[in-house]
Amino acid sequence: MKSVSWLRFGIAALAVSLAASVRAEEAPQTCEVPAYLLTTESPLPKVAEAVKNGRTLDILVIGSRSSTIVSASDGNAYPARLQATLKDKLPSITVNVSVELQPKKTAEEIAGNLVKLVEGKRPNLVIWQTGTVDAMRSIDPDEFRQAVNDGVGTLQNAGADVILMNLQYSPRTETLISVPPYIDNMRVVAQQRDIPLFDRFAIMRQWNEQGDFDLFNPTHGIELAKQVHDCLGRALSKFIIDAAHLSPAQQN
Amino acid sequence: MPAPAAETAAAASPAAPVSTAAPKITSKISFPAVGERELRLDLFRGLALWLIFIDHLPPNLLTWFTIRNYGFSDATEIFIFISGYTAAFVYGRAMEDAGFIVATARILRRVWQIYVAHVFLFTIFLAEISYVATSFENPLYTEEMGIMDFLKQPDVTIVQALILRFRPVNMDVLPLYIVLMLFLPLILWLMRWRPDFTLALSVVLYAVTWEFDLYLSAYPNGFWAFNPFAWQLLFVFGAWCALGGAKRMSRILNSPVTLGICVAYLVAAFFVTLTWYIPQLGHLMPRRIEQWMYPIDKTDLDVLRFAHFLALAALTVHYLPKDWPLLKSRWLRPLIVCGQHSLEIFCLGVFLAFAGHFVLAEVSGGAMMHAMISLCGILAMWGVASLISWYKREADKGAARKGVRANADLAGGG
Repeated sequence: MKSVSWLRFGIAALAVSLAASVRAEEAPQTCEVPAYLLTTESPLPKVAEAVKNGRTLDILVIGSRSSTIVSASDGNAYPARLQATLKDKLPSITVNVSVELQPKKTAEEIAGNLVKLVEGKRPNLVIWQTGTVDAMRSIDPDEFRQAVNDGVGTLQNAGADVILMNLQYSPRTETLISVPPYIDNMRVVAQQRDIPLFDRFAIMRQWNEQGDFDLFNPTHGIELAKQVHDCLGRALSKFIIDAAHLSPAQQN
Repeated sequence: MPAPAAETAAAASPAAPVSTAAPKITSKISFPAVGERELRLDLFRGLALWLIFIDHLPPNLLTWFTIRNYGFSDATEIFIFISGYTAAFVYGRAMEDAGFIVATARILRRVWQIYVAHVFLFTIFLAEISYVATSFENPLYTEEMGIMDFLKQPDVTIVQALILRFRPVNMDVLPLYIVLMLFLPLILWLMRWRPDFTLALSVVLYAVTWEFDLYLSAYPNGFWAFNPFAWQLLFVFGAWCALGGAKRMSRILNSPVTLGICVAYLVAAFFVTLTWYIPQLGHLMPRRIEQWMYPIDKTDLDVLRFAHFLALAALTVHYLPKDWPLLKSRWLRPLIVCGQHSLEIFCLGVFLAFAGHFVLAEVSGGAMMHAMISLCGILAMWGVASLISWYKREADKGAARKGVRANADLAGGG
């Protein structure tokens, strides 16, 4: 590891005037997110109500494989981190976060299956992480939008608030996966349905640019993934609390 | 520019007898006066090439200078329009002078060049991707890395790439261009007969594409990111302008009403794009309009994008005269010289974007590095373009001595 980072340092230093760009590897990993990425005008009435009445807050995460960390325990992935953070912030109520992984399924395939996924769980909030599989398969963005829109409708009819979560920022695959159309279309659905969109892509890119995380890192290690997921979980908890307008009083 | 465009345009391959071709029955189209090279075309094509390069890199400081942040259309529109314009200009004249067959042959030769360039870029891309696939195993991206699965079937992948069905991101423009150029003989032939009718046909095809959702499929799934059925409109429109349409339109173009509409539209578009970057402004946008307007489709060349390009073009033509002194200054030289060798520089830009991704990944990724890579890339484009210019100049000198002229310069990428 040591020699590798020296090599990286050496190459970077060689390039004239690049000194400023040599990333400060020792920068503290605060993984702060600018406020505008965590504010939304779309409310989460069901969540607000559950918290106000002191009931259990049931959150269901529906996602593809990027909602988990392969070869790490589920406790390290963002849904579990979200649960931990929310429990800290909302000690007066019970918070349950469950996960339904739907790997390799497009939004359309998942949308058709949502009734079954939600059935019995009656979540107050569904966080639907989607877009990755569709982008990888270059599904027609119009069809993708339609599918997400239908899916959100189904979830709302089932009595849940919905948050959409878009793709990861994955710089290494940028030349292979065309991400923008899917992000744009998810934003459109969020606007039309007036639901919050958790912009995972922009947030992770921000971290990469701030130097919190080096997302180009080819590491085989699991640490980076764990830290990113921890930060995602915390950002998501802030996002939910903001969207549901939970006052500090309720948070205590 | 030592080899004047007019000669280039009149060009004709050495074998083609000049002027003895078919009698000029085709008064339907008029060519601009044989004279100086239209530097504005070179300027804006060069600009488009730079912007495309910057847009192909991950977002960075310079990205804020690209026009897609200030309106609906982006550099692709400029590139395709100017390509249509110059292609029609050069090969239309060839068709006048040497006849349909010879002009078609020259166009096909050009198509072949573009195709070879595309395959060459694909090879470089494949090398880069194979490297990434074998060296990158970050558990954070297990899902996304699944995209590399195509490498497990090189036989299928490579054949699909050769028939233009498998195209990596950012390698969509050349295939579009190949298809458009393939149809250029037909377009020119129709234009010689009835230019306005040809343009109308193109509009009809565009409308039909939207109505019936025509598209070309891609491999392993999906569709062409630039739908040729829709984007042909810009190309044909460019051709129509080159063959006299622009002249006939000039009165409309110069009327204050048109200019007012253009300005109003551009300002409105600017405001809309502003709401993408400053979400706090979002609530100022009426919901109705949002629902009607989004998504603004790039694949099928959304009408809003097309209109945005038209407005930009109209204002540019009006406020930037042909004899604008700055066109001859050395400050705009880098752009103009890039625009004059657009196929080469376009390919170089795609390659540099790959290389830029690679450096960002392997060396360091800070914002400074990003900006440096963009700048170095542009300098490289300028350098290579100057080199090609120099070479052509020398080659032309040699050729002139032997009395041979064969230079498809203005056709550049076109």
